[in-house]
Amino acid sequence: MADDGDVAGLGKARATAFLAPALLLISVFLVFPALWTLYLGVTNFRLSGSAARNPKFVGLDNYINALSDDRFLNSLGLTIVFVFASAVVGQSVLGFSIAWTMTRVRKPVRAVVEFFVLLAWIIPSSVTTFLWYALLDRSNGTLNAMLSTGHMAWLLQYPLQSIIVFNTWVGTAFSMLLFSSALASVPPSQMESARMVGAGTWAQLRDVVFPHIRGHALTNTLLITLWTFNTFTPYLLTAGGPDDRSNILPIFIYRLALNDGALGQGAAISLIMIVINLVIATVYLRLLKERKS
Amino acid sequence: MTAEQRGATPAREGRNMLGHFLGLMGKTVFTALVLAFFVIPVLWLVFAPFDAHPSLNVKLPEFTFNNFKVLLANPNAIGSLGNSLILALGSMVLVLVLGSLASYSLSRVRIPGRDVLLYTLLLLSSIITGTAAMVPTFLLMVKLGLIDSQFGVILVLSGGILPTVIFILKDFMDSTPKSYEESARLYGARPLRILWDVVIPLARPGLATIAVWAVVQVWGNFLVPYILLRSPSKSPAAVVMYTFYTEGGQPNLALISAFSLLFSVPVIAMYFFVNRRYGFRFHGGIKS
Repeated sequence: MADDGDVAGLGKARATAFLAPALLLISVFLVFPALWTLYLGVTNFRLSGSAARNPKFVGLDNYINALSDDRFLNSLGLTIVFVFASAVVGQSVLGFSIAWTMTRVRKPVRAVVEFFVLLAWIIPSSVTTFLWYALLDRSNGTLNAMLSTGHMAWLLQYPLQSIIVFNTWVGTAFSMLLFSSALASVPPSQMESARMVGAGTWAQLRDVVFPHIRGHALTNTLLITLWTFNTFTPYLLTAGGPDDRSNILPIFIYRLALNDGALGQGAAISLIMIVINLVIATVYLRLLKERKS
Repeated sequence: MTAEQRGATPAREGRNMLGHFLGLMGKTVFTALVLAFFVIPVLWLVFAPFDAHPSLNVKLPEFTFNNFKVLLANPNAIGSLGNSLILALGSMVLVLVLGSLASYSLSRVRIPGRDVLLYTLLLLSSIITGTAAMVPTFLLMVKLGLIDSQFGVILVLSGGILPTVIFILKDFMDSTPKSYEESARLYGARPLRILWDVVIPLARPGLATIAVWAVVQVWGNFLVPYILLRSPSKSPAAVVMYTFYTEGGQPNLALISAFSLLFSVPVIAMYFFVNRRYGFRFHGGIKS
């Protein structure tokens, strides 16, 4: 009894009772919805009408429809471009470059830069989207004034590019923080000896820094991929338009299921999303476990 | 060979100087570009709230506090900030209470399958996100009669963040010294009393981190209240902000600018307060 860590004399029964409320909440509001998606996805459930009262079993129709639906395939393609460009490339590369540059500037400069990068991440998303809406506005936007691009309607002309830059702006802070702490773990002596033998910046990065932070880079990529894949925020900037040109999966599901009422079809696509999430998260957790042991 | 070597030293030095100069230039230009990219979009939030005639572009304000008067006179706007507070504090209290109980019990008692449970919870919370589960969550709330209920929103949001809370709090609970609990027990204190009087005070930094994290998560959340609440009078700031239009159908910039600032300041302040006090640079990283 003494060495199992149960110093307060909780006992198994009471420990279970302490655990139960939390597990109940998680089961009802997190696990159950996910399991229910399995069922909903094989029905023709709708928000209203007869299919709302008596949903019928339709087998794999929703999945077959989705996979042969141009709007779904378009959305999937856009999502892949969005995640790759804004997370894997945008946030990682920018975050690393900032972290790397900030190790070699004066402290106040570093503090100011980090403050503003973090700010973009902390400000509530409804506000950041409005800030970007103002920045990119056609007639009064600051960007047009700065670039003298006349009345360029960025959000209509380049919707996907706009949300990619926006999401890079919002999320770079995480990569910056993660790579800052990763760079701090690179032994200074190794950097010093690389410099002594006359290695340039690129050689230092390739031979000393990258081998040390490979694990961090992978962790970073998986996490931001997962978050970017699941972000709904671009909805507030472009609402998926114009003509579905920024209709990434979360927005596609929202419009299909909750606007048009096709809940069964929406659930099928939700499940596809959950499965993709599962693949990314499983790889991540496996890495985490490997590093711990 | 020797002549070449003699000549090489100044040349190499020159190249080093040039390299150093280019490095400095590159560093400076890059830093300036990064600052421009991150600062310019935010400038509007700094100037427009104090501008007598706010427009969408960034300009130095004709200074006034009038926009805040407009905000205070708008019951909808003030009410929505109150609603955000209710959702944020409600979820915070719920996850702190349930999370402390659960993580304490997981930390002190070896329940069979504990590690598997912890990892499963963490896995579930990262794959069943608000976006991926919006359809079944919406339907569940319809069936439970919890549409347009703030309590319903608190339950859904808490369910989503509780696994992460338990995971992090368990780490904190593991690292609190156990000797106090033993002596409290010798004096006959009951487990719940020990948790409340001994463990909670010891785990305060961890709890503070989690509290702030939970508030930040919920305060800015748009999607869940957007799909689960119907009445504007119950909706939080994140949702209501997009209903501020003038009679002419234009965004009401006086109201939106002041409102945006008031809506952003609490989370910014909390983030930097906790960051300074407890140095949670890294736990802050689990924003989704």
